[in-house]
Amino acid sequence: MKNIDLLIIGGGSAGMASAVSAYDNGIDNILILEKGDRLGGILNQCIHNGFGLTEFKEELTGPEFLSRFVHQIESRRIQYKLNSFVLSISKDKIVTYTNEIDGVVEIKAKAIIYAVGCYERNAGAILLPGDRPSGIFTAGTAQLYLNHYGLLVGKRVFILGSGDIGLIMARRMTLEGAKVLGVAEILPYSNGLNRNIVQCLNDYNIPLYLSTTVSKVIGKSSLERIEVSQVDDKLSIIPGTAKSIDVDVLLLSVGLIPNNTLIENAGVRVSKTRGAEVNQLMETSIPGIFSCGNVLHVHDLVDNVVNEARIAGKGASDFIKNKLVASKETIKCVFGHGVNYVLPQIIDVKNIDEFVYIKFRVSKPQNNAYIVFTLSGKEIKRVFKPYLLPSEMVIIKLDKGLFSEPSGELIVSLEEKKI
Amino acid sequence: MIKKLICISCPRGCHLEVNDVTLEVSGNMCPKGKIYGQSEVTNPVRTVTSTVALIGKDGIRLAVKTAHPIPKGKIFEVMEEINKVVVKAPIKMGEVIIKNVANTGIDIISSEDIYQ
Repeated sequence: MKNIDLLIIGGGSAGMASAVSAYDNGIDNILILEKGDRLGGILNQCIHNGFGLTEFKEELTGPEFLSRFVHQIESRRIQYKLNSFVLSISKDKIVTYTNEIDGVVEIKAKAIIYAVGCYERNAGAILLPGDRPSGIFTAGTAQLYLNHYGLLVGKRVFILGSGDIGLIMARRMTLEGAKVLGVAEILPYSNGLNRNIVQCLNDYNIPLYLSTTVSKVIGKSSLERIEVSQVDDKLSIIPGTAKSIDVDVLLLSVGLIPNNTLIENAGVRVSKTRGAEVNQLMETSIPGIFSCGNVLHVHDLVDNVVNEARIAGKGASDFIKNKLVASKETIKCVFGHGVNYVLPQIIDVKNIDEFVYIKFRVSKPQNNAYIVFTLSGKEIKRVFKPYLLPSEMVIIKLDKGLFSEPSGELIVSLEEKKI
Repeated sequence: MIKKLICISCPRGCHLEVNDVTLEVSGNMCPKGKIYGQSEVTNPVRTVTSTVALIGKDGIRLAVKTAHPIPKGKIFEVMEEINKVVVKAPIKMGEVIIKNVANTGIDIISSEDIYQ
């Protein structure tokens, strides 16, 4: 069996940024395994701009952003294998992968960074009612066909779900000559970034229907029409509100799910995000297995993905160099009122570098609120926010000095500001 | 008149109020918001990204963009020109694909490297 210091699974933005960070922290025996035929992952098909504003202080397209990381990988001569698919990961950090050249290979790693991203919820996952004709695509699949192969999947399009990929595809298909008839969002607020509502929908007069969903799909072999209905505050369809729309394509932009299966099979504990439970170094419940990027929790911005990946890369390099202090006691992070999840779930106080980045999403839109951090019953920090939206991940930096005890419970919650 | 806008310069999406006569902007948390707000009520501009056909690459397309934002009213004209173009590898990122697209004074450039 081959041995390696650091094996990184996934050559997208998270995998590449973690590799560069580990290398710069003194680990040079690294291998990245990427299932696709090039590095960069999903950014390859995200040809729109808006990436890199915090990382590079300029607005880049997906391919431009990823190519800067490919240059960082190449200039450090970090090894990678393309078209390489990982079959299994064991708790002893033995990874089995396959590709056309090597066949089936087992490789033992001192540390693993799992960075394989997420997948899209599809028609089956949301129990879409009605027929099952052709013409129903996830927004990301339609994006791959159009941006990579130049194939427009339809001419009369409706989009279910207001996630950012759906909004981006509404504009993209409009530019290529399709008629986008509308976007329906079952919730009373949009799940996409405000800027995307403006530049992808409003710019092209595409209507956004809130508290609305697709109540029926109709079509024998190909999609012919859909019915959309309004929903009440319990998200149940209101009878008698159905409107019929002739379409040849329905795009789904109804959520992303971390593709966590391989490390779940290895036995890591799973959190509410459906990614792994991690400490502030992005280390899972199996020592030496780290996770970062969209497989850990779904991000809005790739700039935040690469920052998280750098922490994982640093953590993995410290693990390999035996620089981490063994500690039995930890702080458990839990989410309280108004908060949907919190990451990391564990704070290992002895191994805090300088700061801990606490990341979470609010459960519903909230104006004028304090984010309150309570450690074992005592408030340690509060931060005021004028606007909070579920579509925008909140990241708050907590200083090492705030953690005076090695164990306890940190609660993150919202408190409305009384005016 | 005061126009209410959402800034699209970054993901924060500041709520702007712009006076379309005096061009005063409020609600912005950074200087980009002022530039966006003023431009949006005088000459709104957008960056256009798309793809062009690439010979001999199994149907794979080349990602391109306008080198700078172009007037909003010219977006579809620019798309028409982009869709007429066929290019051949190798192509370097930043290489000019269409000069002065639709008489905007702005070039269409490649946003990726394509090797032979």
